[in-house]
Amino acid sequence: MLEITPTVEAMGVSKRFGATKALDGLDFTMRPGQVTAVLGPNGAGKTTFVNLLATLLRADAGTLRVCGADVRRDPAAVRRMVALAGQFAAVEPAMTGRENVEMVARLFGQSRRDARRNAAEVLEHIGLTEAADRTVRGYSGGMRRRLDLGASLVGRPRLLLLDEPTTGLDPRSRNELWDVIRSLVHRGTDVLLTTQYLDEADHLASHVVIIDHGRAVASGAPRELKRLVGRTVVEVHVREASDLERVAATLGAISDSDPYIDVPARSVRAGLDADTNRVFAALRPLDDTGIVIDEVAVRAPTLDEAFLTLTGNPQEDVA
Amino acid sequence: MTTAAIAQPVNQASDNAAGLLTSVTQIARRVLLKFIRSPQLVVVGTLQGAMFLLIFRYVFGGAITTPGIDYVNFVVPGFIATGVLFNAMYSAVGMAEDLEAGLIARLRSLPIPRSAVLVGRALADTGIQVWGLVITIAIGFAVGFRLHDTLPAALEAAALIVLFGIVFEWLFLLMGMIAGSPQASQGFALLIFPLTFVSSAYVPVASMPAWLQGFAENQPVTVMVNAVRTLTEGAPAEALVGHPASYFVVRSLIWSLALIAIFAPLAVAKYRRG
Ligand SMILES: Nc1ncnc2c1ncn2[C@@H]1O[C@H](COP(=O)(O)OP(=O)(O)OP(=O)(O)O)[C@@H](O)[C@H]1O
Ligand SMILES: [Mg+2]
Repeated sequence: MLEITPTVEAMGVSKRFGATKALDGLDFTMRPGQVTAVLGPNGAGKTTFVNLLATLLRADAGTLRVCGADVRRDPAAVRRMVALAGQFAAVEPAMTGRENVEMVARLFGQSRRDARRNAAEVLEHIGLTEAADRTVRGYSGGMRRRLDLGASLVGRPRLLLLDEPTTGLDPRSRNELWDVIRSLVHRGTDVLLTTQYLDEADHLASHVVIIDHGRAVASGAPRELKRLVGRTVVEVHVREASDLERVAATLGAISDSDPYIDVPARSVRAGLDADTNRVFAALRPLDDTGIVIDEVAVRAPTLDEAFLTLTGNPQEDVA
Repeated sequence: MTTAAIAQPVNQASDNAAGLLTSVTQIARRVLLKFIRSPQLVVVGTLQGAMFLLIFRYVFGGAITTPGIDYVNFVVPGFIATGVLFNAMYSAVGMAEDLEAGLIARLRSLPIPRSAVLVGRALADTGIQVWGLVITIAIGFAVGFRLHDTLPAALEAAALIVLFGIVFEWLFLLMGMIAGSPQASQGFALLIFPLTFVSSAYVPVASMPAWLQGFAENQPVTVMVNAVRTLTEGAPAEALVGHPASYFVVRSLIWSLALIAIFAPLAVAKYRRG
């Protein structure tokens, strides 16, 4: 029997900080050849998980393997295969982009010549060739993030860990970074990225694991997860709270799950696995009832709603 | 059961790692580049040292009596020796900055020897220390400081100062790691003030109240300052501080070894634990 070694294999991984259980028996498998997203709200344990994989932390319990190497027993082997781009760009502002990347290449044991060549190639790939010889002090946030990514790439890791790579970036920088990330898998690097946005996981990943309170609560292809939530979300805001029940009943007719009533916000949300066109048909009966509708929104589901559907609990604001 | 990894056009794990020498050099180079390319650090540090020296030399100096020796010759060795503590503050702040910026996390995730990061930084910081010393010594000579002992003794003093720099480097690296942020590590570094001012660096210990003298006389900075002072100024200095140069040299070496033996392992342990 031929079996493919998973890029990452976690079994019952736990890590506490004092009384906080950052990871609480996390099970996780990542297959090679793809981008996998770990999706979760603030405090879910994403950074902790990434730091365990990068050997920056040690787990209290459980087994964690990277390409078959046990993180606890053989951290040196893991460090040779893994590269980390953290939640904040870890580059030296006083050095140029090129110097930063070349330094990391040298630290990966590359000869001076190889380091120079590989750094130039990476800088080209991340679109920083022109800015390469300026000090990073003058870089924008987006350029720093891309450089951080470049520095992680230059060691040609088997597994690249990206912790919330686009948090704090404007949409254009985010798109540029997404393009770079997408191109990586073709070069033979598996990517594990964490994010708070279903949208981002959807754009980049072929497999998504949702974690909450240190455990995996759901996993699958983005399409499958979104189907669980409903492909589209309809949100209806009414003037009078007393009308909420009737609106919910109406939306229930076209939704495959029970609509969610948010009394303080005087709104009803429902997930739809149907054409957006049908939304209008479904809302038409409300026309004749005299219910005052302030706003109707039809949009993609948010992480909050994914949580609501998948865990049955509203996402707690841990931060 | 056969297990096969999917073929990947990337480096094999075995050779993807740097040796100790390369890692140390790269890390030291980074610290030095950062220092050289931060003109505000260089200029402010230099100006501050010069200003303090001028103030002591010309403002306080007249009011402080140092029998048998000119105040300038008394105080400049004090400045040179305590200069390593003030310059070491830069190590604490630099280490804390690197931690806060995630640079240390990146380095820790790389396949390099774990000791390389601290050793590289300590080497680079020692280089920065030497630079600071050269400036202080130059200003000292400009305001009238002169050697009154042999050249070999002066060189011995210079070597001792570099050693003190290395000693305090480990203490300050540890402080930087414990503090975790540049602001906090500056707060920690206030520890410098009792150590330097309650010593023989700027005034004779005999002029202090009796209850302070006990501390001032025996703490390491006084011993180190007096070693440098007696080596550069000879007999008059020895007469003033009450012991020959060899007395202070031996004691300052013992202090140095003891401080390194305590703080270097603590710093390494702190770094390992993260
Ligand atoms: N060094 C630490 N000391 C104490 N508690 C910690 C530490 N690191 C993480 N935690 C706690 O562990 C939990 C998980 O944190 P983690 O940083 O892994 O979450 P996250 O999913 O990355 O969150 P975010 O989206 O905010 O980055 C949180 O409750 C956090 O407060
Ligand atoms: Mg995080």
